[in-house]
Amino acid sequence: MIKCKTSKEISGMGHSMKRKEDARFLKGKGNYVDDIKLPGMLHMDIVRSPYAYAKIVKINAEEALKIPGVIAVVTGKDLEQYNLHWMPTLMSDTQMVLPTDTVMYQAQEVAAVIATDRYAARDGKEAVMVEYEPMKPLMDPKKSMDEDAPLLRPDKEGQTNNHIWHWEAGDREATEKVFNEADVVVKEHMHIPRIHVASIETCGCVADYDKVENHLTMYMTTQAPHAIRTVIALVAGHVGLTEEKVRVISPDIGGGFGGKVPVYPGYVIAIAVSFLVGKPIKWVEDRSENLQADSFARDYHIDAEMAADKNGKILATRFKVLADHGYTDASANPSKFPTGLFSIGTGSYDYGTAFMEADAVYTNKPPGGVAYRCSFRVTEAVHAIERMTDRLALEIGKDPAQLRFENFIKKDQFPWKSPTGWEYDSGDYHAGLELAMKAIDYEGLRKEQVEKRANGEMMGIGISTFTEIVGAGPSKDFDILGIKMFDSAEIRVHPTGKAIARFGTKSQGQGHETTYAQIIAEELGIPAEHIQIEEGDTDTAPYGLGTYASRSTPTAGAAAAMAARKLRDKAKKIAAHLLEVSEDDLEWEPGKFSVKGAPEKSKTIQEIVFASYTNHPQGMEAGFEATHYYDPPNLTFPSGAYICVVDIDKETCEIKVRRFVAIDDCGNIINPMIVQGQVHGGLTQGIAPAMYEELIYDEAGNILNGTFMDYLVPTAVESPKWETGHTVTPSPHHPIGAKGVGESPTVGAPPAIANAIVDALSVHGVTHMEIPITPFKVWKELQKRGVFDKE
Amino acid sequence: MKNEITITVNGEKHTAEVENRLLLVHLIRENLALTGTHIGCDTSNCGACTILVNGKSVKSCTILAVQANGKEISTVEGLSPGGELNALQEGFKENHGLHCGFCTPGMLMRATELLEQNPNPTEEEIRWGISGNLCRCTGYNNIVKAIQYASAKLRGVELPSTEPDFV
Ligand code: FES
Ligand code: FES
Repeated sequence: MIKCKTSKEISGMGHSMKRKEDARFLKGKGNYVDDIKLPGMLHMDIVRSPYAYAKIVKINAEEALKIPGVIAVVTGKDLEQYNLHWMPTLMSDTQMVLPTDTVMYQAQEVAAVIATDRYAARDGKEAVMVEYEPMKPLMDPKKSMDEDAPLLRPDKEGQTNNHIWHWEAGDREATEKVFNEADVVVKEHMHIPRIHVASIETCGCVADYDKVENHLTMYMTTQAPHAIRTVIALVAGHVGLTEEKVRVISPDIGGGFGGKVPVYPGYVIAIAVSFLVGKPIKWVEDRSENLQADSFARDYHIDAEMAADKNGKILATRFKVLADHGYTDASANPSKFPTGLFSIGTGSYDYGTAFMEADAVYTNKPPGGVAYRCSFRVTEAVHAIERMTDRLALEIGKDPAQLRFENFIKKDQFPWKSPTGWEYDSGDYHAGLELAMKAIDYEGLRKEQVEKRANGEMMGIGISTFTEIVGAGPSKDFDILGIKMFDSAEIRVHPTGKAIARFGTKSQGQGHETTYAQIIAEELGIPAEHIQIEEGDTDTAPYGLGTYASRSTPTAGAAAAMAARKLRDKAKKIAAHLLEVSEDDLEWEPGKFSVKGAPEKSKTIQEIVFASYTNHPQGMEAGFEATHYYDPPNLTFPSGAYICVVDIDKETCEIKVRRFVAIDDCGNIINPMIVQGQVHGGLTQGIAPAMYEELIYDEAGNILNGTFMDYLVPTAVESPKWETGHTVTPSPHHPIGAKGVGESPTVGAPPAIANAIVDALSVHGVTHMEIPITPFKVWKELQKRGVFDKE
Repeated sequence: MKNEITITVNGEKHTAEVENRLLLVHLIRENLALTGTHIGCDTSNCGACTILVNGKSVKSCTILAVQANGKEISTVEGLSPGGELNALQEGFKENHGLHCGFCTPGMLMRATELLEQNPNPTEEEIRWGISGNLCRCTGYNNIVKAIQYASAKLRGVELPSTEPDFV
């Protein structure tokens, strides 16, 4: 049960307060980037490459410039004059803004057309003639290191092949030894396919450079406005756009999921053009451009192995990854973590030996490697460990739930040191799985399955008991381009007891305007309703690294609590002054300080705040304001136990997810309604890569499904009716014991679904299926195994 | 080529000279500055642009402004003329049927027609009914609940619980 310490009127922690931000969205009064219209604003459209790898022979803009309304066509050569034709990626690789001679992936930006309206800009784009000399692209990452592979990045000094980096964690020799001596070793190769976040709002911006003031206001779809401001200053400081001259505003964002963390060429071109012409430039990509050119997620090829004794006690795991980063490493990971937090892949299990390694390579695909509602490569790792756990269960003929119970890290083993170096803060994995099994009637389902199998029907049950790792992160290890990954909150309470609080994060639908207010309400006793939350304007908000990787509650949420506690300390001093007692004689209940033993002598927080402006103790600073920059001491480790039931049609191989129970543990819950909403959404983004989504390329480098017609985002029909619940294991190091939740379900759901499908097919000898598992893949697999011949 | 058209939007008459190729969604968003109607794709798949044309839900990126000549159009901005949320809007708020809000106007407009045609839809009918509208945030459970809530409210029967079943 969720504990509510404050009354419903205050809406502190644990209340399902209805969202404060809803009204504007429900009335069509949201303010998204494409809604911004500035006087004199011009529109930009982008000419893109039809080839995956080609020399640019010539760009002819003559016809385009004849079109009424077309004002300019900008190429890489134009930007080169200002040294703005390239930019750094967040992983300190480099990326072209516009090419000067070679294109490296299909749909790459080649030139920009500036016009008075969007139709003219599109006409201009169609009329720009580009002559290419196509080359044979390198599409298969497994061939990137072949002798005869083309060297894709000769522009990088010292780069002699297509290898980007090697990474490893754990103990290679010790792992090898365990594997050599183990009773049982299971192995599978798995590809975690290239997918796209496809938030319903695409990316875009309005770059508004004021020549007189030498000042840039950049309205853009960004999850991390402050970091973007710093990047702009780093890239364009040499032309005068230093950091105090740049204001980034992230208005309402129509979904982010990681895709709105990176800097895309379109943003930089818009800034450059606005800088040159002195007018606001709007650029909003269309859906196809978004799918074809913006950052992808995943694309890990994993060789996964697990060693165990004959009873199924896990002894070691070994994962070897080949990471396809496309043309450049444009991931959005913390600097020291090229594979993100992939090393969480030892999962929820108690064993001491593991080794993981990864090699990243270049190919002629779009750059990226961002999250897709997942904190830094955790999904890939969780898929590997959860699939292998089921694989082991199948191998030794043990029930996968039982195998998990026997291997779980126990509640009293926390803080748990993992073999790859993490210290898990807390967890109760047994409780989660027990609850999930009860909710779905696991025993009953297994009985039903036996009967169904006897009738030749394919029914499968899949489990995933995952551990997430979020809240990046402690400054000791975590930075992006050198900036430490703290986050911040600033609370300002007005004389009448109403407040405004500002944050370095940026909601894209997570409900920060409500949940942050609830945290402050809990700590200060001011009703959440009276607390206005603001984010996304770098001129007003304190510096922060933004919202992604489920970090907002663990970092900025903690900052809110800490800033509020500073204010409570001040309130106590003022209360003591007003009540003429010593601070030690006071006790706090949400909303007021009263004198111990004399509860009728009390001061409400509103009275105290008023006094801080009207009658504060001499020698004390007036006003009621506090700021906190929170540097987390550790990451947080949410977990979950998911169980999925599928039925597969014998003839059509159609896969029906009959039930899906998700039990999440994200520590203390701020708003159950919002947490549940996050879980629902994350689950649908979990079924998506498990059964529907994958960006597919042919050998010539063409994307085969770069539109919403063929990139299959689940609708309400594909998305099952999710059944959700929770356990609560507070984080011991987080000020309010919360852990973060936005991404857990996307991380945990795919292996539950894959495990269920493999379980259904295992009667035919199937041990693994590559996601997305489609009816056609199932049909092919069964066909290959002669299943249909027998009938 | 330009043509003069007259359309009624949320009860207000507008006359405009438009290029033949102008999409209705651009007329609404840019010429009339009703930016509640959104654009989420270029292939008529996402439904973010859904409006009502003579009471029928239509993806406004899929028809030309000139095709709307003489027609009555409703957009999200017209749903609660008095300022109070209408039954559907209230359903979405009470049941957390929106996260980022980008798909929401399209969902609301689609659901408006759905409930007009079928005042008491089953869950299955609701899911199929909104299957032309994509939402990337909510996982749809609560959108379904929101529409069920509005259906109950409009029919004057007891409202379903809005407490999250998150146990
Ligand atoms: S904008 Fe996607 S259907 Fe109209
Ligand atoms: S609420 Fe974000 S797309 Fe539906």
